[in-house]
Amino acid sequence: MTSTTGRTYLDHAATTAVRPAALEAFTASALSLGNQSSLHSSGRGAKLRVETARDALASALGAHPSEVVFTSGGTESDNLALKGLYWARRDAARQAGRPACHRIVLTGIEHSAILDTAEWLQAHEGAQLDVVPVGPDGRVEMDAWRDTLARDPETIAVATLMWANNEIGTIQPIAEAAACAADHGVPFHTDAVQAFGAVPLDFPSSGATTMAVTGHKIGAPVGVGALLVRRDATLTPVQHGGGQERDIRSGTIPVALIEAFAAAATEATQNLPVERGRVGALRDRLIAGVRECLPEARLTGAEDLDPVTGERLPAGTRRLPGNAHFIFPGCEGDSILFGLDMADVEASTGSACSAGVPRPSPVLIALGVDEDLARAVQRFSLGHTSTAEDVEKVLDVLPGVHAAALRAGMAGHDSGIRTANSHR
Amino acid sequence: MKVLAAMSGGVDSAVAAARAVDAGHEVVGVHLALSRMPGTLRTGSRGCCTIEDSRDAWRACERLGIPFYTWDFSERFKEDVVDDFVAEYAAGRTPNPCMRCNERIKFAALLEKALALGFDAVCTGHYAKVVRTDAGTLELHRAADWAKDQSYVLGVLTAEQLEHSMFPLADTPSKDLVRAEAAERGLSVAAKPDSHDICFIPDGDTRGWLAERIEMTSGDILDTEGNRLGSHPGAHAFTVGQRKGLNIGRPAPDGRPRFVLEVRPKDNTVVVGAKEMLAVDRVTGIRPSWAGAPLAEDTTGDWFGCHLQVRAHGDPVPARARVHRQHDTVSWVLELDEPLQGVAPGQTAVLYQGTRVLGQATIDTAVNAARAA
Repeated sequence: MTSTTGRTYLDHAATTAVRPAALEAFTASALSLGNQSSLHSSGRGAKLRVETARDALASALGAHPSEVVFTSGGTESDNLALKGLYWARRDAARQAGRPACHRIVLTGIEHSAILDTAEWLQAHEGAQLDVVPVGPDGRVEMDAWRDTLARDPETIAVATLMWANNEIGTIQPIAEAAACAADHGVPFHTDAVQAFGAVPLDFPSSGATTMAVTGHKIGAPVGVGALLVRRDATLTPVQHGGGQERDIRSGTIPVALIEAFAAAATEATQNLPVERGRVGALRDRLIAGVRECLPEARLTGAEDLDPVTGERLPAGTRRLPGNAHFIFPGCEGDSILFGLDMADVEASTGSACSAGVPRPSPVLIALGVDEDLARAVQRFSLGHTSTAEDVEKVLDVLPGVHAAALRAGMAGHDSGIRTANSHR
Repeated sequence: MKVLAAMSGGVDSAVAAARAVDAGHEVVGVHLALSRMPGTLRTGSRGCCTIEDSRDAWRACERLGIPFYTWDFSERFKEDVVDDFVAEYAAGRTPNPCMRCNERIKFAALLEKALALGFDAVCTGHYAKVVRTDAGTLELHRAADWAKDQSYVLGVLTAEQLEHSMFPLADTPSKDLVRAEAAERGLSVAAKPDSHDICFIPDGDTRGWLAERIEMTSGDILDTEGNRLGSHPGAHAFTVGQRKGLNIGRPAPDGRPRFVLEVRPKDNTVVVGAKEMLAVDRVTGIRPSWAGAPLAEDTTGDWFGCHLQVRAHGDPVPARARVHRQHDTVSWVLELDEPLQGVAPGQTAVLYQGTRVLGQATIDTAVNAARAA
């Protein structure tokens, strides 16, 4: 990306560049008149464009078109899935006079769209959260997952596990986790926002009941996403109105955004077999380079290595191909971000509050990393526009940025400036 | 120079940053997140600043075309300013948290981080002036606008800190001009009200805030003879010179109002008396520091003439002072030309010569020579 903007963008996990094909689809569609619910010619035209896009998105995910529910993005999809499945199954159990069905099985490293929703259900809707532990690399402990689901499964409303972690890039054994839930008749939701376009996704064979994806992580504009919903799944709607999307999601749907989303999904999926290896190789070069120049840096999460033999696995087997997330002990993440930004390199501390204050990574805190280290993080995420020059640029500036951040970090702990009352 | 502009989200710091940009410096805006609001974060332990202030600061930076960041100093702020504020009150003293923030946060923690990251100076919207003398030493002076002068709360800065401080509003004749300049520059904060009060006590109820943090037990209110006049809900909430909130019920024999003369945290008593009893003319100060180069009298121990100011917007009173050294401990002895009222231990004594700030010390004792004798 360096060549077009003068800046090296390594924050593709936050959002990525809009693909020309998506922009073209958007602009062509945005000028077309018509509400897809209208019964006249313009309406039918809009409906045709939406349904063609639905076919394309379904095809990118191996799904049936009727399984695609368009939403405004990942957060809405996660809310709809978790609340929708929870309410539907809880209420069905109530009506049938069965034992209370109020448990939600999840991990502590889910995206906030899942965690906050689950905590809201806990606070307001009587949910009980069963948090399944994850290993030091962020992978769910399958034995614990199995045990949790085997315990009174009729009281579990929904189980959820993200396909790949947004901060540390760890990929979860989704098929295994979903099969376990299915064995017990428990609906299973996966947040695949980070995985879509980066690793192959096939909705039917994943075994998931619902799957959340979003457009802007794969090169569509922000504002459109989808929830894949199996045809036999029952969800209680979250927002009510015209019932435009399968009576599960109401609201006039944004035709142009949906067409852009479909175009981006088609291109990303087509390119995936090549991109996965290309981006994965850039990431591996970045990780190796960082380790070489800063041996104290610690890579978080899983690596694409066989856990038994240590052999290299294809990129995207255990870690997202574009994710490199490090702890730089003794540094504050915001100091590194500052230094990189000043050097025209854009990365992320991973987590900030609404006022822009970097926070210790909740994912690392959940992994048991202490708070100082959880603040000493930097995420580099590569995507479809990333180049070898981008990686070399980071490796070029990082040692200097790191040295300054380390000085600033030391200053934070042991003040060198003597002040009037510092000797107290 | 590379300048870090500390941006509070207010009009002064925005105009100060703008002037630093105009002066040709390479300026980066930083908003300090200082307050901790448990409950707004899942992790629950670190700070979030007010969203509005950080947004205002960011908008100003965008207008100036400079980068903007928010840095979290909430932990340092809690340790060095908030906890210190509570501890001082608990010890029966009256601290100045703004001063402590300048000393420990803006011109220490922030400055140090800035220097480590390659900056040369921290710029703020304070109304005060740093002057370099012909001899090359630094002096701190009052701002041109005495009504807005903030040299008092900067009196704690040392030469090392002043070396890296930049106050572009120093020579502005009045705050109105700063607001007008902000409007002219298209800064959205031009009409934003001034902040007063203590930033970490949002509703201004210092007493109620302290009551939640210091264990308050009721104790006696005594007169200067030791007679019990009534009871109070907790001595820590009282400040020397305070008149309101004593609730003694019956008037003094002479019918005149009574004021807090002394707070004694050890036996949880508050001593009250007539207004003239507040008047002191002998003050000692501990932990002194020079704002820039020390006077020659620092080492000779000779008396020097000066003006004493004990609060941010108090009138300076003429006095003489000398440095007292005993073993490793340095203190200041002050004799006031005329008695001053409402001087409490814990307050900062800032000394001036003309417009020049000499330095400061924390008031340890304040007595009336005639009464003490």
